[in-house]
Amino acid sequence: MAKITFITTDDKTITLEGTSGSVMQLAVDNSVPGIDGDCGGVCSCATCHVHVAPEHIEKTGVASEIEEDMLDLNDYSNERSRLCCQLEISEALDGLVLQVAESD
Amino acid sequence: MSNNQTKKRVCAVIGASHAGVNFAFSLRKEGWEGDIVLFDKDPVLPYHRPPLSKAYLTSEDGIEKNLLKSAESYEKENIHLNLGVLVSSINREDKTLRLSDGRIQDYDKLVIATGARPVIPPIPGIDMATNIYPLRTAEDVENIRHAFNASSNKRIIIIGGGYIGLETAASLKKLGGAVTVLEREERILARVTAPEMSNFFMQLHTQNGVDVLTNKNVVSIKPVNDVNMVVCEDGSEFEADIIVVGVGIRVNLELAKDAGLHIENGIAVDETACTNDKNIYAIGDCTYHYNPHYKRRVRLESVQNAVDQAKVAAAAICEKAPVYDTIPWFWSDQYDVKLQMVGLSEGYNNILIRKEESDGVKFSIWYFKDDTLLAVDAVNNAKAYVLGTKFIKGHNKIDQSKLADNSVPFKPANLLMQ
Repeated sequence: MAKITFITTDDKTITLEGTSGSVMQLAVDNSVPGIDGDCGGVCSCATCHVHVAPEHIEKTGVASEIEEDMLDLNDYSNERSRLCCQLEISEALDGLVLQVAESD
Repeated sequence: MSNNQTKKRVCAVIGASHAGVNFAFSLRKEGWEGDIVLFDKDPVLPYHRPPLSKAYLTSEDGIEKNLLKSAESYEKENIHLNLGVLVSSINREDKTLRLSDGRIQDYDKLVIATGARPVIPPIPGIDMATNIYPLRTAEDVENIRHAFNASSNKRIIIIGGGYIGLETAASLKKLGGAVTVLEREERILARVTAPEMSNFFMQLHTQNGVDVLTNKNVVSIKPVNDVNMVVCEDGSEFEADIIVVGVGIRVNLELAKDAGLHIENGIAVDETACTNDKNIYAIGDCTYHYNPHYKRRVRLESVQNAVDQAKVAAAAICEKAPVYDTIPWFWSDQYDVKLQMVGLSEGYNNILIRKEESDGVKFSIWYFKDDTLLAVDAVNNAKAYVLGTKFIKGHNKIDQSKLADNSVPFKPANLLMQ
């Protein structure tokens, strides 16, 4: 079980609990605005872009090469950007805070 | 329109896949307070289709791991899902739907998202063949998995070397099948990509132990000793324990046609996804719509178009002013290769291939009409894909000699015409 908090682009805080699957699926199932997950979680659409809270980047690790490349020209990407379809829910992510990124 | 005005109204949706489901949730997001009622003949909670021929086929997961939205999300948004229910006709005068179980459903606004169905070609003997399946639904995958597990020889013949056929070939090979792809044309993916890309995928499959044979027009299927014998026009014969048919789709137009809606290679819609009846919209694979970027009408089989038209229709029904102006994109995963495509390459007159220095295979094909970039196919190269997207969107002129030179870093400033 992991509690994961999303801060939306209009500064609403949504805290959800998940046990398995991807963070993207958790967000989509709970209609978190700004997380669409159109491709179903295979890193093909970049519609699940989040910024990991600075103090939590150790929990998630940084973006993989394909995530970096997908966000390469994104105006809102930074060094804490992740595509959250690539984050698997586990106890290790408990307490994670993610800021939903603006979209281009 | 104020929310009060939408409160007592009903929006009905025929078809609950990527287009219909995304539409329903978008409509709520846009502020529709009335009923939203979805119908689909598939009895299973709506699921992602692209993985069916890819990761889902090779996993042991049930479809519940692959849902578009959880069951609770429909409840939470008060979206009524009627699964396993067929809509048998649309009455535009009364604004009602007749359902297969005899019920009548009223609507104020109707959205047709009926998608498409696989073509089963009229090959003599195909009706009598055993273990023959298309691949478009979760049930199709269940059937293929079941037949595969029950078969000792696992000789698979795939009719059709398009994306569905090739993805299925890669998946069943991974599971240990003896897979042969029979393609009627002289190359695989002939309809959708350049010969160079066809060659690449031909080699990829061959290296992975799949036989891909071209110029193989299947003319009959005969039962021989409890297996299927697949016979081609050139006289060659192939034994098949399982046959998967992937030769394309037919758009589900019957309801729209019978209701007198305007049909033209799909249900004709305007830039807000509205049909010639102002209370009826159509979205997704079943539509023939205008793409403002390419300045022509197109029919697209894609998740991107389903989702984007869903958003546009939802906004239009809530009397916002949406604009459909997206560049089509697609993807395919086969073995360890990720192909990402952006744009529409039809009408290209030259291509440029850029290969990156890399441990693995990594390249991109850029399709031009004169100096206009139309489309990019990127293999294991998301950077090329996003760069191509940006250039196509921006109508940018590109320095083709720099683009072809892999020592010039992939940055917009390096590649734009000065």
